[in-house]
Parts: sequence; structure tokens; C-alpha cells
Amino acid sequence: MSDPSLLALTLAEARDGLAAKSFSARELTAAYNDAVSEIEPLNAYITPTPERALAMADATDRRLAGGEALPLDGIPIAVKDLYCTKGVLTTAASHILDGFHPTYESTVTDRLWQSGAVMLGKANLDEFAMGSSNTTSWYGPVENPWRRPPERQMGDNRPLVPGGSSGGSAAAVAARGALAATGTDTGGSIRQPASFCGIVGLKPTYGRCSRWGVVAYASSLDHPGPLTRKVRDAAIILRAMSGHDPKDSTSAPLPVPDFEAALTGDIRGLRIGIPKEYRVDGMPAEIEELWRQGVEWLRAAGAEPVEISLPMTKYALPAYYIIAPAEASSNLARYDGVRFGLRVEGDSLDDLYELTRAAGFGAEVRRRVLIGTYVLSAGYYDAYYLKAQRVRTLIARDFVTAFEKVDCILTPTAPSAAFAIGEKTEDPIAMYLNDVFTVPANLAGVPALAVPVGLSNDGLPLGLQIIGRAFDEETVLRVSEVLESAAQFRCLPSFVAGGGR
Amino acid sequence: MALDKATVAHIAALARIRLSEAELDPLADELSHILTWMEQLNEVDTSGVAPMASVMAAGLPMREDEVTDGGCRGETLANAPRTAHGFFVVPKVIE
Repeated sequence: MSDPSLLALTLAEARDGLAAKSFSARELTAAYNDAVSEIEPLNAYITPTPERALAMADATDRRLAGGEALPLDGIPIAVKDLYCTKGVLTTAASHILDGFHPTYESTVTDRLWQSGAVMLGKANLDEFAMGSSNTTSWYGPVENPWRRPPERQMGDNRPLVPGGSSGGSAAAVAARGALAATGTDTGGSIRQPASFCGIVGLKPTYGRCSRWGVVAYASSLDHPGPLTRKVRDAAIILRAMSGHDPKDSTSAPLPVPDFEAALTGDIRGLRIGIPKEYRVDGMPAEIEELWRQGVEWLRAAGAEPVEISLPMTKYALPAYYIIAPAEASSNLARYDGVRFGLRVEGDSLDDLYELTRAAGFGAEVRRRVLIGTYVLSAGYYDAYYLKAQRVRTLIARDFVTAFEKVDCILTPTAPSAAFAIGEKTEDPIAMYLNDVFTVPANLAGVPALAVPVGLSNDGLPLGLQIIGRAFDEETVLRVSEVLESAAQFRCLPSFVAGGGR
Repeated sequence: MALDKATVAHIAALARIRLSEAELDPLADELSHILTWMEQLNEVDTSGVAPMASVMAAGLPMREDEVTDGGCRGETLANAPRTAHGFFVVPKVIE
């Protein structure tokens, strides 16, 4: 029987406990392997890898005995099943990748293993990372470990979505079924699920973490990044995930800072932008109130709030939902039934392609591939795709102008708390509106972090977002940690492995 | 923009996704709804604004033109649903 009290440690505490030999990596990993089994009802993992995890933990224990600990030695993590892992089933939560066992390792996961991290398994997600609720997975929806408390349910005790697309990663970390997880964020897919599950999610600057070996959705918008329980944990793991990679031509040839060292707690004199365009119609008053509270917390810590304008904000979503599907329709052309995954035989090559893709893609993926094909097709390319790219220039310019006046920007993370599984599925646009506050940072490529700060009237977690200058994750992390300390968010989901001790 | 059935069938053919006749009408409605929503971008004056394909300001880096991998036929074919004699297998394309 493993020791469930180990599950309560943060990544930083676990690292320090391992270094002090308070427990072994094998003990920590055994506790997490048991936790992965315990949280099975959430469907957060597609493929657990308990034996591999123990073998990796044993390698850590040998290093620790020899006094040569690596930066993440013995830290058990979940890997979003969009990252290729050599020899381990990689599905992108799509039927079309049935049986795909990559013969190579993604750069980011390779760096994590080289840093001593332990792989617990592959986490569930929306199919090809297309979704905001983790309900489009071929492997079934993920359930949020949070539920409305009984007195707030008003007769509605339906399970809630964890957000998406990194929903399995977020649910696993929140329910203590992983100490941290990798995610990817194309329009909010790390930050929105982090917000829905009451944890920290960091989308780094575009180019900070290599995309090589990560199944592509929209290449100019895809950002690998971490989900963790604490801001400090995000700083620690981000350092291991980052760095120049010649195999990704958009990877930035820049040195990687010691992000943890940036957490000084001192934000005196920093100017914090408050964009007036983020007060959108229909946003619940409780989110507006939490945002105002966030401004006060930062002011009390010595920062200076400054009202700013990002006038193109309302056009970010429609621009995103043209650009992302356009890139997706091109990226997903590779799923042809010939080289990997599902194959449905046909009489001709075109039959083979069409039947395989009809059987292999789910409804949302099909929708986006069709939209993308349309906006790139002859006669519509200028009106939709080029138009959206021009609007993208203006959105990026908004941020450049804002960062001449402020050091970072404070906004809500999402326009609502977690909703029920099955809600918002009738109208694709209602689902797309989840990303209203997160998409602009993807279009501009700037870093953004979601930090949990409070509970909704329904007893569900809500988050605030800090957006920073390109390659200035250090300020983003520093300000986020001050918010985290001020908010004192210590609530746990209703379902936590190990009983939440 | 309202898409008709024929346009949806044409896009699906371009995207190599087989659709049944019964799927065309609902998809035409759904895609039209989304495209109409996207057309709010027409409110934005973008004259003289260059399109942005990537946030990478520096453009793509150059490297020496030399072979960096290869000799991995087995790995390349390892996940193929059907192979023969070291090749991918597809239906006959030449009569």
C-alpha cells in the first residue's frame, strides 16, 4: 500500500523531499500509480504507463543514491496524448490514429525525461486538441473532479467538463492523479482547463518550447506548456521543457532563464494593464468582481494598475476560427490511411482516402477541416483567410502598443466556470466563445498564465490570467505568484485521489 | 455567406472526406452559420495592413544544405497499415 500523503505535496516540495531523502522516487511514483487507478472514473488518462513509471523512478533513486540529482528527478507527470512518445501509443484522442506507436520522442518530452521526470501515462484531450470541453475525444469525455456542492446544485448534479483541449491533463493534476502535466494551447487549451479545474496553466511565448513531435493542429498557434498546482511548479517544469530546437524552425534560439529565480514576490512599481475591452456582454458579475479583486491585490503589493485599450479584442475569435481551421485542414491532410493509423479499404486511392477520413475524424474535427478547406479554396482565400491574417497583424499590434505602457496585463481567464458535460454542444459558436479571453495571446504569441483565485457562487473554481511581453515569462510568473499568494486559493475538488489528506 | 449542398459536397471532395447525401443539408446550415459569424471581420478596416502568417519576427533560419537523416525505412514503415517489399501499399492507380 502506497502512502497517499505524498500526493498532497507540490512539485517543489516533492523535489525537495526527494533531495532530502524523506522518501524515495519509487515511493512517490507508487503513490501516483495508485492515484492514476483511483481517478479512473474521470477518464483523464487514455494510456497509463505504470511499469515504465516505476522503472524511471528506480533510475532516479540510483541517481539520488549517487548524489547526482537532475532538476526534475522523480517527478511523476502526465503527458497530453498529443505528444509523440517513442513506443507508447499516441492517439491525439482520434480514431484515425488507431494503434500509432511513434518511433521517435517529442523534443519537449525528451527534455523532461532527460531532466529525470517520470511518465505516469498519456492524458486524454479533445480530438486533435480541437475543443473547449474535452467532449470530442474518441476515448470519451473527461469528467472534472469538481462538482457543485450539493446545496448549490438546484437539482442539477450532472458531471462537469474539465475544459479543453488539455482536459485530461487538467483533471489529472487537480485530482492529484499527476504532480504536473504537459498540455498544448492553440486558443486557450492549457489556460481554460486549468481555470475550470482550479489549477495553474501556462502558455509560454511562441517559440519557447519546441513543437517538434507534437501532433500539429494549427502550427502558427500551437504552444506546448505545463499545467501544475502552483505557480512555482510551473516555473520549475517550464525551464526543463524550454530551449532552442533545430528540428523546429520556429523554435527561438534564446537562452532559457531560471524561471524559479524570478519568483521574488516583489512587483513594486510594475504597471499592470487592465484592458477595458475584456468587459464583455453577459459576463457573470462574480467574474467581474474577482477581476476587480485581482486589481486590488496587485495594487496592495505595490503594482500600479493602468487602464489600457486592446481595441481589436472582439475580432480575435472570428480571426482565430478562420486561421486555426485553415492550418488544421492542411496539417490533417497527412491522415490518409496509407502511412499510419486507421485504414478503410476502397476501390481507388481517392476512395481509400475519403472512407478512411470519414470514419476516422469526429464531428468537430470534420467541421474544422471543412471550414479550413473552404476559407483556403479558390475565390474565398482573400475574403476569409487573408482578411483574418490582416486582422491578426492588428491584434498583435494592440499588444505591442499596450506593452509600451505596461509590464503585463490582467484579465479573467474564461467567461464562465465549468459547465455540464453535454451543455453547449448544439451550437459550435457557443463553445468557441469559451476562448474569448485566451485566443488573443495565441494570435500574438505572447506568454499568458492562468492562476486560480476563487470560487464561483456555484462553488466552482475561477481564474485570472496574466499576459506578458514576448519571452518575458519571468514577469508573468512573478506577478502570478503574487496573485496566488494574495488569493490564498486552497480549495480542493470534491474528488481527489488519496482522500485529499 | 450561405453555403448550398453542392458547395459542401465540393469542399468535402477537396478535403477527401466522404459525406452521405443526408449529411449535406445539416452541414450546409452549420457551416453557413459559422461563416456568417466570421464575417464580422469585414467591420475592420485592414487596408494597407500586411497579413501575418507567423509571429516569428526574424523569419525562418537557414542551415547548411546537407543530409541530416535517412536510412530509417523500417521506422518509416513501422506504423503503416499495409506494406509490401519495403513500400507502402495503396490501391492500383494506373490501369
